[in-house]
Amino acid sequence: MTIAETSEGAQELLPKARTAGVEYLREEGSVLRIPHLPEDVEQVPTGDDTMIINMGPQHPSTHGVLRVMMELQGETVLRCKPVMGYLHTGMEKTGEDLTYLQGPTNTTRMDYVSPLFNELVFSLATEKLLDIEIPPRATWIRMLMCELNRMSSQVLWLATNGMDLGAVSMMIYGFRERESILAFFEKVTGLRMNHNYIRPGGVAVDLPEGWRADVLAILEAFPERLDEYDTLLTGQPIWQERTQGVGVITTEECLALGVTGPILRSTGLDWDLRRDQPYLAYDQVDFDVIVGSYGDTFDRYAIRLNEIRESIKIVHQILDKMPQGDYRVQDKKVTPPPRHRIDESMEALIHHFKIFTEGFRVPEGEVYVAVESPRGELGCYMVSDGSAKPYRMHIRGPSFVNLQALPHMIRGALIADAVAVISTIDPIMGEVDR
Amino acid sequence: MDEPDAVPPEDEPALIHGSISSLSRGQLVVHPTRADYIDMVGLLYDDGYRMCVDLTGADYLMHLDRPLPAGVVPERFEVVVNLISTEMRRRIRVRVQLPEDDLTIPSIYRLHPGTEAMERETYDMFGIVFTDHPDMTRILMPDDWEGHPLRKDFGIGRIPVQFKGAPPAR
Repeated sequence: MTIAETSEGAQELLPKARTAGVEYLREEGSVLRIPHLPEDVEQVPTGDDTMIINMGPQHPSTHGVLRVMMELQGETVLRCKPVMGYLHTGMEKTGEDLTYLQGPTNTTRMDYVSPLFNELVFSLATEKLLDIEIPPRATWIRMLMCELNRMSSQVLWLATNGMDLGAVSMMIYGFRERESILAFFEKVTGLRMNHNYIRPGGVAVDLPEGWRADVLAILEAFPERLDEYDTLLTGQPIWQERTQGVGVITTEECLALGVTGPILRSTGLDWDLRRDQPYLAYDQVDFDVIVGSYGDTFDRYAIRLNEIRESIKIVHQILDKMPQGDYRVQDKKVTPPPRHRIDESMEALIHHFKIFTEGFRVPEGEVYVAVESPRGELGCYMVSDGSAKPYRMHIRGPSFVNLQALPHMIRGALIADAVAVISTIDPIMGEVDR
Repeated sequence: MDEPDAVPPEDEPALIHGSISSLSRGQLVVHPTRADYIDMVGLLYDDGYRMCVDLTGADYLMHLDRPLPAGVVPERFEVVVNLISTEMRRRIRVRVQLPEDDLTIPSIYRLHPGTEAMERETYDMFGIVFTDHPDMTRILMPDDWEGHPLRKDFGIGRIPVQFKGAPPAR
């Protein structure tokens, strides 16, 4: 099908057989469930009755950084293609030029809604290469911060998703809740976002005075607010109408497409790295993996809402179990000395200087480490050549892979549902483009 | 946990489906040749590794003497594929060596359609061509970009920064 040339050259939609493996999935025998499928969608349209449009701006991601091209026949989406790269800043290349201590400042800017997870996965990969054990308090502080970050990230998703589907008040509520967590992050790390708090060897600083009261205040406020969201959205007929049966995907399709996180769990497969391949100390806390059954947008909404409740449960357990001790590993080659030691010890000054100018050397090897971010499996493939900088640092962003499921979820749906489907993937373009 | 966990078997497995395997920091890695690559991914699929979570590349131009198990011939480029079995809760990593003068490798798109975008990204960043891929175009860089940025001989660009109001150099 000929499509008018755009200023950006050959960006046109490909023939249907090329649309991200749809035909192959069908040949393999997996069922591609398409909601509201009209009879004539099966034929490749040849006439002038179709139209190519660029979707949006609707979702915050589509404001200039994600372009979704759609081919429409009336109100029906025949095909779509996410066009990305607008936010590509070469962060993997930058990562090769930064030392392991500087690395988290780079990775934290990838998924800017859940920055602590990016720092965590980078640090875990480095620690695996170094083969060091971090102190228990550092582990539990990391878990505390990550679960709070998961809550703030899911709340932000509720906010933007509500806004996309017309529940604009949800957006204000979501940002209000997120703000309370970001205020706590600012108190601990000094920054609301892009913290550089989790570093190889532990965390940057210990938790401040009175942190327990701050966390408890967040935990007390949240359940009530979540019940408000239930009232506002879950039982609301308009919300149900807009989300139920929209953007359906099956487990087989998710596995074939590599989709992880809430989208995979919405299909009924209970796959959560926190439980299935535990890292940090997740094997010592008790929580449920929330699964859906229909794989539609409503299930994904419900999963994210209930994952906040599970995170609250986890944070309560972390508060009970938070051990005393060091918040970073006491290895002089990896950890900078405390500030007061620099004034009194020549060796401390040398270590400090060496770590911040040269960095520490990491033994040769290659590892792949994955954590469960709010969006799915966040992985870090790291290769070390024995120097102080990663030889190759690749981040497997869950949004990047999940976004590729968009053509499948959106195919044959109405254009109004496309808004819900784009939003339900929760794409963070900083992580998609890196 | 009643299922076997992520730890691979204790004794280091030497061969998996006829290809050399090794443990890298306790993680199971298999090193098929380029000719065996597509069969290997298919056989691993039958073994239960049904999800391909990550596919990327690496350029070892500055680090050709990297540690590899005996029998694996080091080449400049590598394609690295991470597979998961959700039933066995295990991971396996496939590393394929690619010579600089013939940068082609079969696409595993038919088995794992999700690798469509990842293979495009690897092509974009390293110039590794995946044969039988339906749409071997750039994904992150502009279409008219020259070169492949994550190659080690692709320099990092620098832009001169002009500071306004800075005191002149003495």
